[in-house]
Amino acid sequence: MTLTQTRSAEAPPAAPAEPPAPTPPRRTAFAEGADRLRHAATTEPGRLRIIGALLAALVLGFGAVTAWETTDRASAADDVLTSSQPLSSDAADIYRSLADANTAASSGFLAGGQETAESRARYEKGIRTAADKLVTAAANADPDSPSTPTISKLNRLLPEYKGLVERARTYNRQGFPVGGAYLRYANEKMQQEMLPAAEDLYTKENQRLRSDYGRATPYPWLAIALGTAALAALAWAQRRNYLRTNRILNHGLVAATVTTTAVLLWLLVGHTLARSGLNDSHDHGVRSLTVLNDARIASLKARGNENLTLVARGAETRKVGDETVDAYDYDFERNMDTLAKGLTHARRLADDSTGEKPVAAAVGNMTEWQKRHDAARKQDDNGNYQQALNMVIGPRGTTGECFDNVDANLATALKHEQNEFKSAATDGRDALTGLPVGAAVLAVIGALGAVLGIGRRLSEYR
Amino acid sequence: MLNKARRMRAGLRGWGGVGAMFTACALALLLALLLTCTGSTARTTPDAAPAADTGSNTARNAPNAPNAAPRPGTAHAPGTMAGAAAEAEDCTAPEKQTLSPSDADGPAIEAIKNRPGEKRKLIVGVDQNSYRWGYRNPNSDAGGSGNGGGTRLEGFDIDLVHRIAEDILGDPDAVQFKAIPTAQRIPAIQSGRVDLVVRTMTITCDRLKDVAFSAPYFKTGQQVLAPKTSPVTGYDETLADRRICTAKGSTAYAKLEEDRKSGDLPASTDISTQVPNQLDCLVRLQLGEVDAVVNDGALAASQAAQDPTVELKGDAFTTEYYGVAMKKDADDLVRRVNQILVDWRKDTKNGWQASYDTWLSATLAGDSSKSEPPAPEYLRKS
Repeated sequence: MTLTQTRSAEAPPAAPAEPPAPTPPRRTAFAEGADRLRHAATTEPGRLRIIGALLAALVLGFGAVTAWETTDRASAADDVLTSSQPLSSDAADIYRSLADANTAASSGFLAGGQETAESRARYEKGIRTAADKLVTAAANADPDSPSTPTISKLNRLLPEYKGLVERARTYNRQGFPVGGAYLRYANEKMQQEMLPAAEDLYTKENQRLRSDYGRATPYPWLAIALGTAALAALAWAQRRNYLRTNRILNHGLVAATVTTTAVLLWLLVGHTLARSGLNDSHDHGVRSLTVLNDARIASLKARGNENLTLVARGAETRKVGDETVDAYDYDFERNMDTLAKGLTHARRLADDSTGEKPVAAAVGNMTEWQKRHDAARKQDDNGNYQQALNMVIGPRGTTGECFDNVDANLATALKHEQNEFKSAATDGRDALTGLPVGAAVLAVIGALGAVLGIGRRLSEYR
Repeated sequence: MLNKARRMRAGLRGWGGVGAMFTACALALLLALLLTCTGSTARTTPDAAPAADTGSNTARNAPNAPNAAPRPGTAHAPGTMAGAAAEAEDCTAPEKQTLSPSDADGPAIEAIKNRPGEKRKLIVGVDQNSYRWGYRNPNSDAGGSGNGGGTRLEGFDIDLVHRIAEDILGDPDAVQFKAIPTAQRIPAIQSGRVDLVVRTMTITCDRLKDVAFSAPYFKTGQQVLAPKTSPVTGYDETLADRRICTAKGSTAYAKLEEDRKSGDLPASTDISTQVPNQLDCLVRLQLGEVDAVVNDGALAASQAAQDPTVELKGDAFTTEYYGVAMKKDADDLVRRVNQILVDWRKDTKNGWQASYDTWLSATLAGDSSKSEPPAPEYLRKS
């Protein structure tokens, strides 16, 4: 790219050297032109014409490349802000709402025939959010993008899952244990097919976000190089002018220098601002958002496993070393570890007190949750199932309260980080506003200035 | 290269087992035919179940295969003194291989009684999915938790558990229930995660190698469950090309596998669907993922009770007895449970019959005589 650009800009002076130009009977237009150029280069007006054309071409080329490179970056920055980041957080929301609905369904089952209005509402909300976000994701995915098959898979599984849960609910109301079997089947579908698909979608959307960042932030080296070259050429032309005529200022050339400098400075400052805004939005927004989303998902998984420990009542076990442990309780502990690590990390990433406060609160909730969970497990291990159940889904002082608090605090933190991201990324994107058009207009003015400035010198030969 | 060889060897090992089993089956069948020369096959008479069970047992112990020959005969005339010693050796009537009842406490019972504080409970493996046997009734208001209840387990098996707890620990509620999938029953006992398993568990010779059983407390047999509109008529050739669901680790699957090999079940029958709990089969059946379910009649009936569009097809094609399973060396506990079972059967007010009437008469057509276990025999001496 760079090579061709440079060569085309320098083509006129290089051209005379190339054609062998013997004296064939019929000469091509190109040879004729080259010949005339060679003739022209031997006289001062001819040289001036060549210099004028070169300067105008350089300035115009600089403007065009600047406009092109910044348009590209501005559109990538716009994608980050308005498309890929929202889609990535939508994908996280899909995962979260699915897991939330599944957890709510298992809580409802634990509560017996009369599931509470809250758990029902929570379940419905989870399903609705997932369905809404899936529509958004589908609308934003190109037909051949890697997310499309995943989205359609989720769209297919969601009604299947809902059907199973509704059957479970109906049988549960009739007092038939086959309701529980349906719920297990639904849970299996969720855990083994839907959540992995949602995770896959999240990964893919994050890749897209990363690649948009990758397109938005690199330095526009070509434009910078061309700008520097144009400035150098202008300086050389003016020095030549001074040496030959002893005139210090040529208005046209000065105008061209000023506009070129302005474009170059605008480009450097604008891009640096955009870059820092975007980097800021990544480091303080996206990174925090990812960590917080992961933590929130871990807390949801932990809650789901806590419920399933009681639903399954020891039906699932796993070998850890020599010990046989409850599979769901084992997973719960792993999820809590992930949550703890995620919260520590999020706290480190939080750069202001507004961002740190909810995370700190969530850490407190989590500690309390673990304490209450241990107490509930102890009851269950002592055979006091009902007491254990009351400590998990009962009316007061439950682990459920702690989970809700963790979730609410993480939601607050996520909202804050989302705003941080938005303002930083908006600053970044806006730093490029007008740059492409401005660069184009200024370059045209600069080129005109160069042509007029040289034209003024040229007119002295008539 | 080495890997490949190892994989091949592993593959061959699997086939070796299958081959041995097949050879043993063929040998047993041949000898049985030669010696009895009677036309009555074991398949259609429910009484022949012990023969079926021993069949699978011998199949796994190829060297014993010739001993299997007289068995179909002894199965029809069980309990003769002459047969007793031989039966203890190669197991024909597994339901009799238990210890005589006794009230005495031994090390196993002491260990349970000595559990400290709140842990002083009997730990029992049960099912929470078997309607009317051991299940969570979501609409029962027991528990008094204020959150709608529905957390208590109830059913025929659960009644027995409470009775055992009351007898051993003096409190019917001194029980810690652990829900256990069908295939996990034996490992749960062996690892000591539970003291006993009361979970519609059939007494079989195979299982006797790993755990000890009480005397039988219920009689049932394998039956086919299918939609009312299904062309399946029972355990016969109408099952050709059908998909059958069974619980993993159940006697039903063992029987199907064996019969398909011997040709008693059409070879085109697909028996690959295995689920952790028998009730999951009803889910698969309702979703159209399988065409029929094979299960103990007692459990199949409780599935049918949850869905009026399915029914039991044909008669029971095996005879099986449910027993309480315990650790193999927990002799005192086995004797104690046998004593409890004797009392339970005798108790007319709150015993076996009362539990049957409460839980099972509705699903099993009222007649309890078909389900009553035989008079217990205690042939195991140590």
